[in-house]
Amino acid sequence: MSVDVSKVATTNGSTPATTKGAQRAGAIANWADERLGLGSAMKKNIRKVFPDHWSFMLGEIALWSFVVLLLTGVFLTLWFDPSMTEIQYNGSYDPLRGVHMSSAMASTLDISFDVRGGLLMRQMHHWAAMIFIASMMIHMLRVYLTGAFRKPREVNWIIGCLLLLLGTIEGFTGYSLPDDLLSGTGVRAADGFMKATPVVGTYMSFFLFGGEFPGDAIIPRFYAMHILLIPGLLLALIAAHMLLLVYHKHTQWPGPGRTEQNVVGYPMLPVYAAKAGGFFFIVFGVTALMGGLFSINNVWKLGPYDPSKVTAGSQPDWYMGWPDGLLRIIPPWETHLWGITISWNVMLPILVMPPLMLMILMALPFIESWLTGDKREHHLLQRPRNAPTRTAIMVALMTFYGLSWAAGGNDIIAIKLHLSINQITYFMRGAVFIGPVIAFIITRRWCISLQRHDEGKLLHGFESGVLVRSPEGGYAEKHLPLPEGQAYTLTARDDDPVPETPEQIEASGATGRDLRARKLRARLATLFFADNVQKPTAEEIHEAQHHAEHELHELESQIAAGPNRHGPADH
Amino acid sequence: MSDAHDTHSPQGGEIVPTGPIADPGLPDHQWRPTDVDPAKEKRAERQVAILFGLSAVSTVAFLVAYFTFDIGDNWDVIGGFGASTMALGLTLGLALLFIGVGVIHWARKLMADHEISELRHPARSSDDDREVAVQALTDGINESGIGRRPLIRNSLLGAVGLLGLPAIVMLRDLGPLPGKKLYHTIWGSGTKQAPMRIVRDGIWTPILASDLEIGDLVNCQPDALHNPERYGIDPSEVEGVNLQIHKSKASLILLRMNPGDIKPGKAADGSSRANWTVDGIVAYSKICTHVGCPISLNERTTHHLLCPCHQSTFDLADSGRVVFGPAGRPLPQLAISVDDEGYLVAQHDFDEPVGPSFWERDYYER
Ligand code: HEM
Ligand code: FES
Repeated sequence: MSVDVSKVATTNGSTPATTKGAQRAGAIANWADERLGLGSAMKKNIRKVFPDHWSFMLGEIALWSFVVLLLTGVFLTLWFDPSMTEIQYNGSYDPLRGVHMSSAMASTLDISFDVRGGLLMRQMHHWAAMIFIASMMIHMLRVYLTGAFRKPREVNWIIGCLLLLLGTIEGFTGYSLPDDLLSGTGVRAADGFMKATPVVGTYMSFFLFGGEFPGDAIIPRFYAMHILLIPGLLLALIAAHMLLLVYHKHTQWPGPGRTEQNVVGYPMLPVYAAKAGGFFFIVFGVTALMGGLFSINNVWKLGPYDPSKVTAGSQPDWYMGWPDGLLRIIPPWETHLWGITISWNVMLPILVMPPLMLMILMALPFIESWLTGDKREHHLLQRPRNAPTRTAIMVALMTFYGLSWAAGGNDIIAIKLHLSINQITYFMRGAVFIGPVIAFIITRRWCISLQRHDEGKLLHGFESGVLVRSPEGGYAEKHLPLPEGQAYTLTARDDDPVPETPEQIEASGATGRDLRARKLRARLATLFFADNVQKPTAEEIHEAQHHAEHELHELESQIAAGPNRHGPADH
Repeated sequence: MSDAHDTHSPQGGEIVPTGPIADPGLPDHQWRPTDVDPAKEKRAERQVAILFGLSAVSTVAFLVAYFTFDIGDNWDVIGGFGASTMALGLTLGLALLFIGVGVIHWARKLMADHEISELRHPARSSDDDREVAVQALTDGINESGIGRRPLIRNSLLGAVGLLGLPAIVMLRDLGPLPGKKLYHTIWGSGTKQAPMRIVRDGIWTPILASDLEIGDLVNCQPDALHNPERYGIDPSEVEGVNLQIHKSKASLILLRMNPGDIKPGKAADGSSRANWTVDGIVAYSKICTHVGCPISLNERTTHHLLCPCHQSTFDLADSGRVVFGPAGRPLPQLAISVDDEGYLVAQHDFDEPVGPSFWERDYYER
């Protein structure tokens, strides 16, 4: 029985609600609406349209894995004891019985060995954390490469960047909680990073650790951040992200009937709600399978944190890997002046690069709109090939990220490939600069050649796979025109704007700073759009079609007349 | 054909990509087999119900697994995962997946699949709305009189601004000031009568020079951590947190090499380090000068010591010089000698802070 909420909303509050026919649901809806006025809010949104595409699922994975993190995390808090008080472990895990360790570590072992399903929840929590961060990153790539970040969605792009930052910090604080050997090593490195901060470094370290490293304050403090502060911020930002998504309505791919003015897809209720809700169960289920079948972070293998111990191949969780890689390959630059020390070798990779990378990410939409002068709203997505420079910028950033990340495994690479660490390090020092440039150039040219390929399909049709032989003995492949819908989709894109010429700028009477800025902008825009293929005009398409028809006709009549009568139809 | 490229219309939305091919419009709706064939529809309905049923079965299996499988010491019964964890994960995962797949199957096969089209509106509010909003704002501000009364405005701004200070000041007790704490380790707590012995980490036995062969590397700690009374130290000073703090600065590495291989450098006061070693045994801080990992990997033939975290490599024959990697400073060396019983002891504390670099620390050439 469906509830007609639009009717409910008009009920006047002066007469008691009637529930004739015993419509319990209707009665409840009426009760709620008379107090909350839900009807008018819901009438617009219950059937809100969401377009469908596999790539729109990436953000959903991030959302649902966050929910899984909340659920499993709350379970863990019921047993986890965030205290660094030293106790003797007396739980079920034999090899560590009798060992002194912090209560945090001991309670992590208890969760793993003495709480049924506890290890499952710990492993699900850790796997979900990885899925959360990985899916945010891939979702961000999707948004960037399809141009979904353009006006009016820049604010959501920034919220997304902040979510990525907070997710990473949340992951680091969580990873540190069990106080095992690996996490303690990570916290010790974090202490080193803080101490490298100019002027206030040692003060920051003493304040954070409540005295000298490691102290007994860091786990309780990280705990407060991990279960309260950062999840709260994440929740608020995710809510804002979703609200803006609903307000802007989702972007869609161009296609027949799908324009800048509309949004075409399935209504929220029932299809979208069912698909999204079902998908939540799938993400949750996959996480449960991973938590049950794949072990992760077996803290008992290495034992509790001891500042004098370390394991070979100490590595942070993968999402912290890229600054760690830069930290490994940077030359030993320290400046010693007037009795002070400036540690470039730590500051550049850890304190400068990650914030810089984040700032670049956040600035990308604004740089692009400044450069192209495009201040319009965009709701149709672009294929990555149709914005070659944009795509190439992201691929260059990805290459930088990937190489830095690989440098974070230089010891593992050295062992696997039987190379010396020194060789790999020297190679990586060059590669992080040259790699992105090469990636940029290749990607850009590749995009443009894909654009040409599209143009070819539009003008000359697609390759039908049918070979025809002319009377002279030459072979040709028969090209057939694209179906109308496909042809329309290929042409449903903006032409690139034409940058201002220097003459136009001069003529506009601009002076001083303004003049220089506009000239710079025009030059950059020219480079940005250089060599891009614009969609063909109606005349060109018409002309090409005409030509193709003629050719085909000719070919066929030749075949019909010639000695070899095996036309395409005989195949 | 250049598009009408209008930078002056922030509203947007009104510019359609004007293409060379006319929009053919939404394709006609295609009926699915389940829409037109009642048999197929019934079958899909059954499939969905079966999926939900399988989920219920998995949930029951979860409950059975919860109560039958022991955990505890059994952690590596099956492939290292533990039967309980594995069974619980598998059954919970399937219970959830069957619901997810069932709901999506239902949506795809049986729910109405008409795509609908909704109009978009520019994000911007209409001009009228803007005008009203601006007017309301101006009215509100005018009625408050804040513009006409700078005295009130400025004193309010000042007072509120000042309230930021308690928020900062109250964080002061997060921790003590660093003082000179980073400059000292417990190695300096030895006395004339009881110089600080170097003992093996973990088993706490003192070391005779003759215990070490050339090439031997030993992880050490100061004896005071185990035997505080001998040095007149209160035992609570070396328990729990304090123990961890001491260890994170005092951890030490002994390495015996051919005395001829050692190139003695200079100490902080400019004197030679020639008498800092005993029969080719050198002592260095175990804490990497990069960001503070304990160093562990020894290259026997070269006297090089490698940090596992970021591969800084230090030459222990040459005052702990950095030969490779990101560390910016040599490893601090501990001057050692032997006591009356022949055990290795520290002569005095390190002559520089150990561990990662920090802003206010000095540097000297070895
Ligand atoms: C974006 C969200 C989150 C991320 C990325 C994240 C990440 C992590 C990670 C990587 C661990 C280490 C797990 C291990 O032991 O292997 C952890 C531990 C923990 N997390 Fe979270 N977490 C998140 C949210 C939460 C929430 C919302 C809570 C609770 C309300 C929570 C509670 C805990 C607890 C109690 C532990 C320590 C238990 C243990 O290690 O056994 N987490 N977290
Ligand atoms: S901590 Fe030793 S190299 Fe980084």
